[in-house]
Amino acid sequence: MLSSYLTMAAILFCIGLYGALTKRNAVIVLMSVELMLNSVNLNLVAFSKYGVVPSLTGQIFSLFTISVAAAEVAVGVAILIALFRSRGSANVDEFNEMRR
Amino acid sequence: METVLSQYAWLVPVFPLAAFLILLAFGRGMKRTGPVIATLGSLASLVLSALVLIEQLGGADEYNNGFDWIQIGGYTLTVGFDVTNLTALMMVVVSLVAFLVNVYSIGYMKDDERISVFFAYVALFTCSMLGLVIADNLLMLYIFWELVGLCSFLLIGFWYYKPEAKAAAKKAFIVTRVGDVGFLIALLLLFWYMPDHDLSFAAIANVFGQTGLITEGITTLIAILIFLGAVGKSGQFPLHVWLPDAMEGPTPISALIHAATMVAAGVFLVARTFPIFEASPAALDTVAWVGAFTAIFAASIAIAQDDIKRILAYSTVSQLGYMMMALGLGSVTAAMFHLFTHAFFKALLFLGAGSVIHAVHTQNIHEMGGLGKTMKTTAWTFAVGALALAGIPPLSGFWSKDAILAEALHDHPALFAIGIAAALLTALYMSRLFFLVFAGKPRKGASGHESPAVMTVPLVVLALLAVVAGFVEMPFEGTGWFGEWLTGHAAAHEGTALVMLVSTAVGLLGIYLGWLIYVKGAIPRDAVTKRMPWLTRLLERKYYIDEIYHAVFVVSLRAIGRAFDAFDRHVVGGAVRLAGGAAVWTGRAATRMQNGQLQSYGLYAVIGLVILAAAIAGRRFW
Repeated sequence: MLSSYLTMAAILFCIGLYGALTKRNAVIVLMSVELMLNSVNLNLVAFSKYGVVPSLTGQIFSLFTISVAAAEVAVGVAILIALFRSRGSANVDEFNEMRR
Repeated sequence: METVLSQYAWLVPVFPLAAFLILLAFGRGMKRTGPVIATLGSLASLVLSALVLIEQLGGADEYNNGFDWIQIGGYTLTVGFDVTNLTALMMVVVSLVAFLVNVYSIGYMKDDERISVFFAYVALFTCSMLGLVIADNLLMLYIFWELVGLCSFLLIGFWYYKPEAKAAAKKAFIVTRVGDVGFLIALLLLFWYMPDHDLSFAAIANVFGQTGLITEGITTLIAILIFLGAVGKSGQFPLHVWLPDAMEGPTPISALIHAATMVAAGVFLVARTFPIFEASPAALDTVAWVGAFTAIFAASIAIAQDDIKRILAYSTVSQLGYMMMALGLGSVTAAMFHLFTHAFFKALLFLGAGSVIHAVHTQNIHEMGGLGKTMKTTAWTFAVGALALAGIPPLSGFWSKDAILAEALHDHPALFAIGIAAALLTALYMSRLFFLVFAGKPRKGASGHESPAVMTVPLVVLALLAVVAGFVEMPFEGTGWFGEWLTGHAAAHEGTALVMLVSTAVGLLGIYLGWLIYVKGAIPRDAVTKRMPWLTRLLERKYYIDEIYHAVFVVSLRAIGRAFDAFDRHVVGGAVRLAGGAAVWTGRAATRMQNGQLQSYGLYAVIGLVILAAAIAGRRFW
């Protein structure tokens, strides 16, 4: 039972990772990151139910993750809008400020 | 008798040293005064050493003094000087020839740009040669020995823009080094075996004078190794090859270093360490046979050479062979006597040759001729030197060669025969040289002119010495005081009438032959060449010794060198380049990775994670 949840989470994580690393549009990148976070949540919940030591902690932890992820997306989209305004583009490969 | 001046004998090498230092410091601006300073330095040495010699002749005691130089543990290295009859005589010979060569060089090197450098080198050489002579221990002698070698190198290569001179300088340095290694090993052995590690000549004479202190095998080994050093320095077979090539240096240098003084240092070394040789009959035999072989071998080469200086160089090699033969026969007296006379007449011949070269600007004797008319002083002084070398009485060379031949007849008839044969060849090549250069008609329009007085006066002085130097030791009753005084042994005088007759006859025969061939033309010049072309070729090519050395040593050593070079270049250097290259390459790759793209960074992180995971998973199967 546990393994099917874990497999599902791994597939979701990989799709998210692929999207985060390959998509040019920053909005899709952010969504992919969301996907990866959700796969993690799935893992947490699965372990809290079917793990060796079942406990409610995992479910509570996933609630925290969801709220932190919401905050993260809010900040990320805000940065994205600011960038779009100054550069007129939302393509990730046009931003290489970290090189400096 | 009191020793007064002998106490100051250490000053003798100091004068030229001072001249050297002055020239070294201020030489550039002293084209005119520099030579004068060097000449004055050697004159001061000459005066002092002559005074010391006079004192020693008057029967003064031997004098030795010195001080401690370095203390290593319980061992003390001393520096000191010895004034004995032998060293006093050598000092005068060296400083006299050095002084005359200095005077001569003022004229000969007049137009050279680097004249002050030349005189600085000559002064340094004079200093080291005199130091070599008065050194009271072998280690000091070795230091000066290497110094004269260095000066020889510098002066052979003085005209360094000539490729031959450069090659000759290197050759001289390397070939003598072969002998020097032997000498160094001998020194180490002596240091090891001598009681108290004492290397002074007095101690050596003392230890080797008694039997049983050092085994015969070791004694022979040490003697042979010392002799190896002498072979290198004195141009004995098989290390003679550098001396003829050394003639690329300025002619006064050939006279001073490569005829009169430095090359005689080998003979002097053997004479100085003679107690070691006396304790080993095998070593003495080696010395005698090497000397005798060199004497006839070099004389035969000299016949076929065309370069005036090379003929004289081979003649020097041959005469040094005579001296070695005398030493091998156990007669330091005869050897030192021949060294003494040879220094004068060979320096004379070289300076005469220099005068000729100065006038006609060629060294090929076939391009000279008829110079006797235009260069009167040079011609007659050269004739005196040639006759002395050929051993015609009553010139000095006759008496000294006679002493050696008498020793040979007394001990070893085979060596006597070789000596006589070499004497015949000597007379022949000297007459060939003299007649081709000074007699006949001028060839190639090279008429020549007499050299200035500054060059001819030394010639005249040396010619006088070449005449009278032999009278100090004549094989007649009551005239042999020189040998007695020098070494305590008189030269052998048995059968001397026979020796005198034979050697005179042989000398005259050689000259007559030369006259028949090169003046009268009664015997055609190519008589031998026609019948035995291979013989002429063999002699012209100097028995192919250089070629053999080239094939055996130079080529093989060069191959080894190439192999090492390739190893160094490709393996060692390759490893270094690889290490450096790897760092550079990694750096380049890392630079390219840092492109500021967030997604690339993410990718790298993922790759790293995968590698980490693979490594952890792989450890299970390790």
